[in-house]
Amino acid sequence: MTDERMLKSLGIDSIDDLFSDIPASVGIDDIDIPSGASEMEVIRKVTEILSANVTAYDHPCFMGGGVYNRFIPSAVKAIISRSEFVTSYTPYQAEVSQGMLQALFEYQSYIAELTGMEAVNSSNYDAATALGEAAAMCYRINKRKKFLIPQVINCDKRSTLRNYVKGIDMDIIEYSYDFDTGEVDLNDIMRKLDEDVAGVYIEVPNFLGVIDRQTVDIKSIIGDALLVVGVDPISLSLLKAPSSYGADIVIGEGQSLGSPMNFGGPMLGLFGCRQELVRKMPGRIIGLTKDAEGNRAFCMTLQTREQHIRRSRATSNICTNEALMAVAAAAYLAIVGRDGLQTIARSNMAIARKLRDALSSVDGVECSTLEAPFFNEFPARLPIKPEKMSKILLRNGIIGGVPLAKHVPEMGDCMLFAATEMVTDSDIDKLINIMGAIV
Amino acid sequence: MSYRQARYDVELIQKMGDKGDVILPLPEDDEIPSELRRTSLDIPNLRENEVVRHYTNLSQMNFGIDNGFYPLGSCTMKYNPKYADILSSLPTVTDIHPCQDEEGVQGSLQLMYELEKSLAAISGMDAISLQPAAGAHGEFTGMLIIKAYHEGLGELRKEVIVPDTAHGTNPASAAMAGFEVVEIPSNEDGRVDLSALEAAISPRTAALMLTNPNTLGIFEKDIVKMAEIVHDAGGLLYYDGANLNAVMGRTNPGVMGFDVMHFNLHKTFATPHGGGGPGAGPVGVKAFLEPFLPAPRITLKNGTYHLTYDAKSIGKVRSFYGNFAVLVRAYAYILKCGSDGLKKVSDKAVLNSNYLCNKLVPSYDMPFKKLRKHEFVISAKRLKEERDITAMDISKRLLDYGMMAPTVYFPSLVEEALMIEPTETESIETLDQFADIMLSIMAEDPDLVKNSPYNTSVRRVDEVHAARELILSYLRLKRHLGDMQEIEEKHDVANNLMSDDYTGTE
Repeated sequence: MTDERMLKSLGIDSIDDLFSDIPASVGIDDIDIPSGASEMEVIRKVTEILSANVTAYDHPCFMGGGVYNRFIPSAVKAIISRSEFVTSYTPYQAEVSQGMLQALFEYQSYIAELTGMEAVNSSNYDAATALGEAAAMCYRINKRKKFLIPQVINCDKRSTLRNYVKGIDMDIIEYSYDFDTGEVDLNDIMRKLDEDVAGVYIEVPNFLGVIDRQTVDIKSIIGDALLVVGVDPISLSLLKAPSSYGADIVIGEGQSLGSPMNFGGPMLGLFGCRQELVRKMPGRIIGLTKDAEGNRAFCMTLQTREQHIRRSRATSNICTNEALMAVAAAAYLAIVGRDGLQTIARSNMAIARKLRDALSSVDGVECSTLEAPFFNEFPARLPIKPEKMSKILLRNGIIGGVPLAKHVPEMGDCMLFAATEMVTDSDIDKLINIMGAIV
Repeated sequence: MSYRQARYDVELIQKMGDKGDVILPLPEDDEIPSELRRTSLDIPNLRENEVVRHYTNLSQMNFGIDNGFYPLGSCTMKYNPKYADILSSLPTVTDIHPCQDEEGVQGSLQLMYELEKSLAAISGMDAISLQPAAGAHGEFTGMLIIKAYHEGLGELRKEVIVPDTAHGTNPASAAMAGFEVVEIPSNEDGRVDLSALEAAISPRTAALMLTNPNTLGIFEKDIVKMAEIVHDAGGLLYYDGANLNAVMGRTNPGVMGFDVMHFNLHKTFATPHGGGGPGAGPVGVKAFLEPFLPAPRITLKNGTYHLTYDAKSIGKVRSFYGNFAVLVRAYAYILKCGSDGLKKVSDKAVLNSNYLCNKLVPSYDMPFKKLRKHEFVISAKRLKEERDITAMDISKRLLDYGMMAPTVYFPSLVEEALMIEPTETESIETLDQFADIMLSIMAEDPDLVKNSPYNTSVRRVDEVHAARELILSYLRLKRHLGDMQEIEEKHDVANNLMSDDYTGTE
């Protein structure tokens, strides 16, 4: 009925007329998928397909490697379910978007406090793309074409980084680590440094969970190359802000801050830099300002760096980001607060040590591989192939650690175990019993 | 229609609650190395209900599709169905670690595998990767695929051609992948100028990036000829899927001759945009490009799904496999609509757009010819000349009526452009109401319009001031003595004064 009225107002008989400019040669008759279903059918079918998944909701989970099974306070979920947030677009119209803008400014402020970077953007896709963007940003700043990264790194990050610097032909060079401690080999960094190095990347804690004691010395040996630091935001409640040891750019994975694991997405790419470098930074940035009456207000700022204005000369192509996850991070940090965040970090460390001691008691499992202090994860050498161990654990209702072969080939006989506040004593007992029975 | 947005004086959360001592106590028996031990942390401890109130009040100062009409051109702000919210928050979605063994994630892999098949059927492409996190990310991925393809042939092709009507992400993505961008002008019909394309094409051409219908809402009906020109020169065709909502079931990028494309699941497939993200930007390719798709691919063998790595793959463009929670929503939406429903989506989106366009023109000028697809671009140039009311003024005034503003000043070849995309989920009553408001604004007192909005949480926001001060965090604010602190102090005073009797409206 309505459609007929609308067609009539346009002076046409059929909707087909509105498509008359599509040449017959590119026309199609149908889409080759099933016809529609009711809401009830859809909910049943999707639920059924997904029921084949083994969840960390029902099973002990010792997996980390950048994504962590953490407790998310119910209030965080309630806050980011507000449909005024969920169903809004990027806050182009500041006057009607103050809620999202302030929430994102608060997110930026929390990350600024944790990292010491005064300029923080309102999110990248994840830590891997943030690293890629950071390397490209180093090039924009000093026009140099080498970027140093640790040999011990998540392989997805390595691969993503290589793709992000393809356009600028940047060389990614890996520096070695101390096999005994898991800490970086400063001499190797010095060997690989030259005047063409744009930046040096280091992770604290690193991919193996190691809190590298030499972190504070790196800035002094890399000359005027930029220091890019990758962080775990939970650990920053106990660890120094990277600004204090000379970081120019800080990136990280923010999933731990109130977002679920979601099979790896959406994640939350943290990105901050020293205030002086902000014009070279990628991504959307929220700034504090005032309205026509002098009242406090927020808006997106420095948009002239962005693709919709600068097109091929933009600092990045990023447009859609992970804003809602950034709001979740702000809500999470607001709810746990300073004391809660420290409690979580400390409990993670304590549980990880309990887990390490328990694993060490299993015959053939070797946990004391690295001598350096660690945060909430550590590698353990297993007497059987870690990939095989994963499957056995899974069949016994346990989500084990991350097998390291793909990431650190020389540690192919190791599994990376992580502990969060979600891991209980009985989870550890269950793991030890099953592993004890296998090996 | 009157509208009042909530106007609360909401303190910055960093300034709330127990500020306490930011100096941290030194714990006994600490395993943190002393050189790295943190000594201060300025994060307030708050009560949970304070935090919930804070963000609930902020949410009421935000405008989503659930609040009202959102005709933001090129962004396809259609209604986001609620069943998708329910499904994407199942523990079988949220509580899955991406590194779990394949055996434990068969549900995720099946859903992704089937979503790939559906997207391939909708687009006429042969193979899909769900990895990219957003539209621009999909474009970048597509450009890397095109680069790898040409390099594989031993050809050095450095140029990517984009029309002047292209989304800004197109040239930005091409440049990020290391291509030089060649921009070509539109003709007098608002379409790609074929002779300009022919002049730009050369052995250096890697690809042409195109969205069809284009950002003026006009279908590039010479697409077959354009494809021929590009392919004959050894280049590839890239389809920007931002405007796919216009043509589902009528045509598809595959049949139009495109080799690579991305989808915007947060546009066409109704997943919410979350105030800026997350989105999802899957990439589709023709068979000859399949080996280059990001790794891993999802394969099905003897009833079991696997993650497989092809040696020719460009590798990863992000961690893991994609924005899975978004993929679940899009999967459910496609299941719900089905083949018949998706065609109706596009039909209705185009009907709504033409209906609304017809109500606004000729009161507003519309450059180029009339037939539009899912969106259209009108110009406020005449209004600016006659009454000094700009496209920006109109967009701000619309907010007073509880309507989101259209996209303004894009595409740039239209002066004082207002780009309007009503989408299929809006009723004729809403469209009529919007048209009435657009027409009445034309006749309003120019001063009233130029000083709008009035009914929103804040009055017109000073963006220049923000860019000059560059206060991007509370940390900066604490250290920065100047204007902004005064505004903050004024805000604090206002906060105290108004807490008892402020009504929250103009």
